[in-house]
Amino acid sequence: MKREHTRSLTDYAPLVYPGLMLIIFFVVPFSTMIAVSFFQRDPAGFYKTAFVFDNYARFLSLFFGQVLGFSLLLSVLVALCCVTIAFPFTYLLVRQSRAIQTVWLVALLSVLSLSEVIIGFSWSTLLSRTAGISNLLVWLGLIDQPVALLPSFGAVLTGMVYQALPYSILVLYPALVRLDPTLVEAARTLGASPGRAFFNVVVPALRNTLVATIIMVFVFALGSYLLPQILGRPQHWTLSVLITDQAIYQSNMPFAAAMAVFLVLISLALVGLTLLVGRRESAA
Amino acid sequence: MSGKILSRLYLAAVGLFLAMPLIVVLGVSVNEKQDLAFPPVGFSLSWYAQIFFDPEWRRALIASVLLALSSAAIAVSIALPLAWFLWRRIAPWANIFQLLGIAPFILPPVITALGMLTFWASSGLYGQPWTAAISHGIFFVTLPLVTLSLGFASIDRSLTEAASTMGADDRTIMRTVVLPLIVPYLVSGYAFAFVLSLNEYIVAYMTVGFTLETLPIKIFNALRYGYTPTMAAVSVFFVFVAAIVFGLIAIFGDLRKLLGAMSSN
Repeated sequence: MKREHTRSLTDYAPLVYPGLMLIIFFVVPFSTMIAVSFFQRDPAGFYKTAFVFDNYARFLSLFFGQVLGFSLLLSVLVALCCVTIAFPFTYLLVRQSRAIQTVWLVALLSVLSLSEVIIGFSWSTLLSRTAGISNLLVWLGLIDQPVALLPSFGAVLTGMVYQALPYSILVLYPALVRLDPTLVEAARTLGASPGRAFFNVVVPALRNTLVATIIMVFVFALGSYLLPQILGRPQHWTLSVLITDQAIYQSNMPFAAAMAVFLVLISLALVGLTLLVGRRESAA
Repeated sequence: MSGKILSRLYLAAVGLFLAMPLIVVLGVSVNEKQDLAFPPVGFSLSWYAQIFFDPEWRRALIASVLLALSSAAIAVSIALPLAWFLWRRIAPWANIFQLLGIAPFILPPVITALGMLTFWASSGLYGQPWTAAISHGIFFVTLPLVTLSLGFASIDRSLTEAASTMGADDRTIMRTVVLPLIVPYLVSGYAFAFVLSLNEYIVAYMTVGFTLETLPIKIFNALRYGYTPTMAAVSVFFVFVAAIVFGLIAIFGDLRKLLGAMSSN
């Protein structure tokens, strides 16, 4: 059965239900959020209908600038750490037997699907004074008594790298599986060491994939909303945390919506950039 | 030779990093007394029993499982006709629905969560348990959409063509040829959505957080009032559920293919 053009209106029938669901429960909520970002706060309820730019004007404050700057910086750091660890890892992984790859993929998916709540709880336990890693160091005789390693910037960064690492590996996996193995073989035959073949042949061949992955992981890290709260101090809060906080605890839905719209714009611009990078790669 | 050892060491180091927090949580979860000691003091599985027998944890468990079952069903019910249509017809503008199906998953989750919150609040339905099922269904529609698109792409079109030459209509072809071929993709799409919905916090919290406690919400609330080994037990339980579900997909399907190891057509 070939793909056919739609001939009559009834051919569109299968599209009615999914189309309606996506429009009513995604497009409409999304538009509602944009509308609410121009509304006014109502301390007694959710919001008051209005048309003001006050919520966006608040972006111009020093506090917001600091949160935004910190979020972007943290996400860049997470993306760089993740791809630095994930790229050699995935390169080595695709060289294992199919069975070993499958076991790894199951493990990676299991960690990836873990709730941020559980990742946060696990790391806060691992870095705590009573049950944490510092007890191991005491036992090894490296330090005198156990210490709490959180809340701290290092804890937030570690937790977020943990959360985004399986994602980075799974984004890199298809590109590395399909990489022509003769490329590396040729380099090796010509006398390059495995390390040199990796850095001089594999890395440049996948440069665009690497850039696209860094951006994808960056957007993923921007979405982290609980780890900065659980593992960090208030000065480590990111835009996502601030949105949650304003919407739920400060009941300022219009301001939260304005920040969310801003976050969408940043994310969309970056996702657009990855598509552009990807297109250039397939064209080359 | 030394290269092989080095590469094994590197894989093992990443594995250790990924396993470390889970090992500690596993250790904490079998403590005999109610404190989070590691290595555990004594051994007891009573904290696991508590997930099923303590009324509050059990209520959260039931809420989570019901939410995951129903939202995964909603996600599949949206993805199946959409993926079928995109495979069967040439209608470039219909790709916009594919984009809509993928968008919630690419954007930071807090955005979908806030969109849902403003929507349900504006429509006056805020807090109804089923609103969370629909919200999760939309949020996770990407997963069955991706697996089903892969599934349809892998169908050899000459099979359906043969059926149609022999006089089968669209409906018969769908039932006798297409559906049996895409069932594995349907099941894995459902399973992916199920596991992720089980673990999801922010969308559930923003839609029904004040009326219904799912397991992730309960864990987060418990984090504030002091830690108990039950939280650790629930975490271990979640890792096991995910590992079993993805393990089953790997055994009965082709996980490498689902994750893009082979080109889709």
